[in-house]
This record gives sequence, structure tokens and C-alpha cells, in this order.
Amino acid sequence: MVRASLFATCLVDQFFPQVGVSTVNLLRRLEVQVDFPVGQTCCGQPAFNSGYRSHALPLALRWLDLFQDSEYVVVPSGSCAAMLKVYTPELLKDNPKDAQRAVELARRTYELSQFLVDVLKVTDVGASYPARITYHASCHLLRELGVSSQPLALLRGVRGAEFAPMEAATECCGFGGTFAVKYADISTAILAGKLRAIEVTEAEAVVACDMGCLMHMGGAMRRRGMKTRPMHLACSHVPKSSPS
Amino acid sequence: MQPRTQEFSKLAARALGDTQVQKALLGLQTGFDQARQRAILELTPEAWDRLRDRAREIRRHTLERLDYYVGLLADNVVRNGGAVHFARDAHEAAQIVLDIARRNGVKLAVKGKSMVSEEMALNHLLAANGVEALETDLGEYIIQLAGETPFHIVAPAIHKSQEEVAELFARKLGTPEGADAEALTRIARETLRQKFLQAGMGISGVNFAIAETGTVCIVTNEGNGRMSTSLPPIHVALMGMEKVTPALEDLGVFYRLLPRAATGQRATSYFTLVSGPRRNEDEDGPEQFHLVMMDNGRSRLLADPELREALFCIRCGACLNACPVYRKVGGHAYGWVYPGPIGAVVTPAMVGLPKAVALPFASTLCGACREVCPVKINIPRMLLKLRADAVEGAPGQRKASWYEGLTFRAWGRLMRSERTLARARGVAVFLQRPFSRDGWLQKMPLPLFYRWTRGRDFPTLARRSFHELWEDELRTSSPQVPPLR
Repeated sequence: MVRASLFATCLVDQFFPQVGVSTVNLLRRLEVQVDFPVGQTCCGQPAFNSGYRSHALPLALRWLDLFQDSEYVVVPSGSCAAMLKVYTPELLKDNPKDAQRAVELARRTYELSQFLVDVLKVTDVGASYPARITYHASCHLLRELGVSSQPLALLRGVRGAEFAPMEAATECCGFGGTFAVKYADISTAILAGKLRAIEVTEAEAVVACDMGCLMHMGGAMRRRGMKTRPMHLACSHVPKSSPS
Repeated sequence: MQPRTQEFSKLAARALGDTQVQKALLGLQTGFDQARQRAILELTPEAWDRLRDRAREIRRHTLERLDYYVGLLADNVVRNGGAVHFARDAHEAAQIVLDIARRNGVKLAVKGKSMVSEEMALNHLLAANGVEALETDLGEYIIQLAGETPFHIVAPAIHKSQEEVAELFARKLGTPEGADAEALTRIARETLRQKFLQAGMGISGVNFAIAETGTVCIVTNEGNGRMSTSLPPIHVALMGMEKVTPALEDLGVFYRLLPRAATGQRATSYFTLVSGPRRNEDEDGPEQFHLVMMDNGRSRLLADPELREALFCIRCGACLNACPVYRKVGGHAYGWVYPGPIGAVVTPAMVGLPKAVALPFASTLCGACREVCPVKINIPRMLLKLRADAVEGAPGQRKASWYEGLTFRAWGRLMRSERTLARARGVAVFLQRPFSRDGWLQKMPLPLFYRWTRGRDFPTLARRSFHELWEDELRTSSPQVPPLR
């Protein structure tokens, strides 16, 4: 039996716990033994990306300590997974021992769609979602982790879903973490293009693998009264019969 | 040119509100970026990728031995009968060009396109000393007439509509109003042709400089570069010192990359190689050839292993065309010579990080720049490094907002202790309740954060955190649906 530890991410823990619930249910349905190391908070990405590496550092160590015995670490976010897999070993480079631990743990750490398709070798999880959906390829997932086909393969496996490809699906939504408030007007101007692309698809849900992008797009879709809803990949994969 | 990098937000806001600029930026996407993609497909992505790796390898090799190759280039230029000048900074470089002009009694200089000359603010210095410097690249000519700076590395006047150019020409050159593109080009051509013949000096940039042969290579589409370098009696070529490459055969790599990455062309209309002044057996060409090699912050990039890659840049502008931020704010917002993602990396080295601190933060870190770069420069990583330098770097480099510092300190404290976090969340969940509309906030009365809700709703904290759900329900529950296998 495969054992995996969930790194829920701070956004999911604090704002979107249903994504964590869906992830756990999905993994358990695939007979993964899931645990959740209590006390985990954030991967440190907001501080790291803003230049505050000294505040990101203790969080990197926290991740190392809490997950050191994990067989796999599963992260339902492309950018947090990229922080852990790509940048954390670099952040810890001044301490070779920690850096080495980070490299080893990073190797066992996967973004959710990556874990499902590349590790578990599953593309059909028995999900059904009878609606028109579209997909936004989150930047860090795509360009830092090189994950492009996995989420699409999973979406193809969803029964009843009608997939409407989005124009320029790989273009940034303008979130960029603190960029969204520091340069709010540029951020919303970029977002406007993304919203037009979403609107054209007439999808009921825009699916992505990162709650950062989804809360950004979702917040604007709500402000504009659009009918499309933001939806995490894990939630589009909740089997119909599940009460979540 | 005084950097206006500190005014990034103001200049960006102006661009966002300028409908003509926005229209031009959209055209950039369909024009340049899609042409680039087609050119790569034609070559095959695999071949493209091999070329990029090869180019990277050449650049890495060269920069590791930059002193050697710069020396070799200088020796060979002198052997060919040219003169070599080294300039520590832009001011020194401009002074060198002025001195050459003065020594030779030059009153008019024609210029091919050169971003390095923009670093030097060369036109201003020459003009202030009685030497007229005339841009001959059509785009550069337009912005010179308009008194502006380049909007884009390879397409300096891309932000101007045909109508604006017609109006500008009518005002400055007395041409008939409402002229079309063809007429405007003809007018520019006729005006400039005379100047080429009158000029005492031709000034050009350098795309690549071949160390083993002492040759400078100039890549253009308009032919003005060739005229600037062959008609006037003196040719002054300006280059950043990183533009050197070891061997002539390297052009087989770079010249396949540069036009495709820049404009989607297989080759440019003109490709000029200049190896020194006219020789006895030559029918034409300049009597004097000067090569000015400028540092201007480049050794600062070279010395920093995390930023050195910025010197790999071949100035194709592909990262500008791919950048979601550049595509909204355009080139003038960046406030200095080099805009876009690569500008955000090299500008701090040239004007100083504290002055240019806005630039590395003006990015979503989406990585599109790195993806399109013909030499695979990892720009996001360098932006992150510059951000860290700005916040926690050497005291002279630092330039962080105290409010942001306090916010991150508080945030760090919360994230380091799940107990403190849980207590704080309890308070916040209570406080947000009156403002929540179906789980979203329409206003956030907090400094900085209030800007989020100017265009977007913000989610409220969930009533129960995932930690609570896990402890209360999930930890012990079995799968809610039967397993698939």
C-alpha cells in the first residue's frame, strides 16, 4: 500500500479546506494511506518570493522535520510544490546537511496531478462531473515543474464532463502572489484577458491545480457576476456519490 | 538619460490608460510572439532546443574567459587597422565618441540602431557639443523626432500608430498630413539618404563581435546599418563588453536564433560583417574604424554567480513579447533603456538596485520569459535573487518598505506556530463575519491588501480550517466510497 502525507498548503488549510477534504477522499479511494502531519502551515513561498528569505527559512525546516518520514508528500498546489521541490533546496544551501535532506524530500514530493498520473499511474479515478469545464494551466506547475499533460489526462477521464479548451490557457492570470496587491492595477489588467478567455468557453467551472490562481480568477469572476466557478482539480474529481 | 525607474507605478498607470499603447501591445503579441512560435515549429522544436543549448554553452564558455576574449578581440581589431577604446561606464563611453568626433571635426553623425548608445545617452552629449547625431533606423528616427526613448528593444516605435507618425512627420518635417505608411517611409528615406552622404561619422551598435577575426556583426532589416558603417569616413561601433564571441562559426548558432526569436524571421534583410577600416584594395568603406567596448555595470553582473546569466542575453526582445506585465505596461514604464523581464535584471546592475527596486518586483514570476529565451536565461530566479538583495542584502543595496517588513514579520510568527495561528484565525473569523457575502469579501480595510478588492473579491477564512476538519472527521474516517481497484 502506498503511503502519502498531505501537505495541504496554507491557502487550503485556512481558506479552502474542502480542497483538502477532496484530496484526502480521492487518494483514499485510490487506496493510498493518507496522513496529515499536524502543525504544518506554509511552504514559505510568499516570504521567499518577496525577498524575505529569513522568514521562509524556518518554514522550510519545519517541512523537513514534519515530513521526514513520509514515503510521499502530496501537495494540491503547483506553486507550493515548486517552492518545496525547486526552491527549498536552494534556500537551504548554506547548510549542506539540511540542503541534502531537502533534496531527498523534494524527490518524494509531488503535486497532486503529478502524483496521480506519474506515481500511481492513474488517469481515470472514476469521477463524474456532468458539466462544461475548462482548464487554466498554472504557471509554476507548468514551467517550474513541467507538469502539462497530467491534469488534462485526468480531466479527460471525468465522466460526463464536456471539456472546452481555453484560448491561451498557459498564460498567467496575473496573480503572482504579493504582485497582486503591489501592482494591483497591472494584475487586474492581466486578469481581464484571462477572464475574457474563460468567458468564451462558456464553461461552468474553470479547473486548475492551484488555489492561488483560482482565488484570483474566482474573486474576479464573482465581482463581475460571471457564472463560471473556480474549481480545484481535486474537487472536479470528487465522485458523484461522495457527500463533500 | 536620467533613469525614471523609481516612477514605475506612475508610468505603468499611464500606459494602462493609453488606448493606443494597449492596441500596439496587443499587436506585439500577434505579430512578434506568434511569428516566433511559427519559426520554431518550422525549424522543429527539437532543433531549436539543441541550438539554444549550444548557444548557452558558447555564452557560458565565453563569459568564464571574458578577459581573454575581450583581449583577443581588441588585438585583432587593432591588427585589422582599427582602434579600440575601453569605457568603464556610459559617461566615459560617450566622452570617447565625442572626442573622436571633435578630433575629426565631425558636425553630423548618422546612427544605426544601438541600445548601448541609449545607455550612454549619446545623442544628448553630442548635441550639447555641436555634433548632430541622427538616428537612421526608421523606428529610432521616429522616436528621436518625438523626443522619446525606445519602447521595445527591437521595435523602438512599435507603440506609435501610423496616424501618430504622420502627425509627427507633418509637424517636424513639414510633410503633407495623413500620409500612409509607404509615403512616410519614403519621406524618411529621402531625408536620411542626404544625411548619409553628408555625415562625417557613422555610429553603429554591435550584435556580435568575433574575437578570432576582430569582426563586428550587425543584424538589421533596413539597410541603414550598412550605410552608417560604410558611407561616412569614420565608423564607430559601440558594444557592451559581453557581446564578444570566440569564433566566426558561432554565428551559425546565434544568427539562427536571433532573427527567429526576435521577429520570427529566418534571416534578417541585412547581415553585415565589418572587419576594420577600408584596406588599400577596397573600393569603399570608412577610413577609420573605432570599437568602443563598455562595461557600465556588466562586471557587476559577471561577478555575481547568480546574475551572470543575464549577460548571456542576445537582445532579441522575445521575453518582452511573452511577458504578461510588459504586454500591459509597455517599455516606457520601466523608466530606462532596457524594459521587460531582462530589463528588470540588468537595469539594477546599471543604475543601482535601490533606484530600480520596483523592477524586479514588477513580475508575476510566471516564467514565460525563461520559456521563450533563445539562450534559456532563468530570469525568474534572478528576479528572486534581486528581491532578496533588496530586502535582506548588503545595507547599501537594501530598499524595502517598513510596512511590508512588519507584515512579513507578523506573518512569519503566525506560520511558525500553529497554536498562535489557530488563535489568530479564531479572532479573524469572528471579525470578518459582518463583512462576508457568501464567503467573499468585497472590501478589505487593510493597508496594501485593500488594493486586492479594487478589482476582485477576496475569500473569507473558512469557518473551520483543514486542521480542524482533519482532527474532527477525516483522521479516523474510512474512504467514503468503495475503492476503485
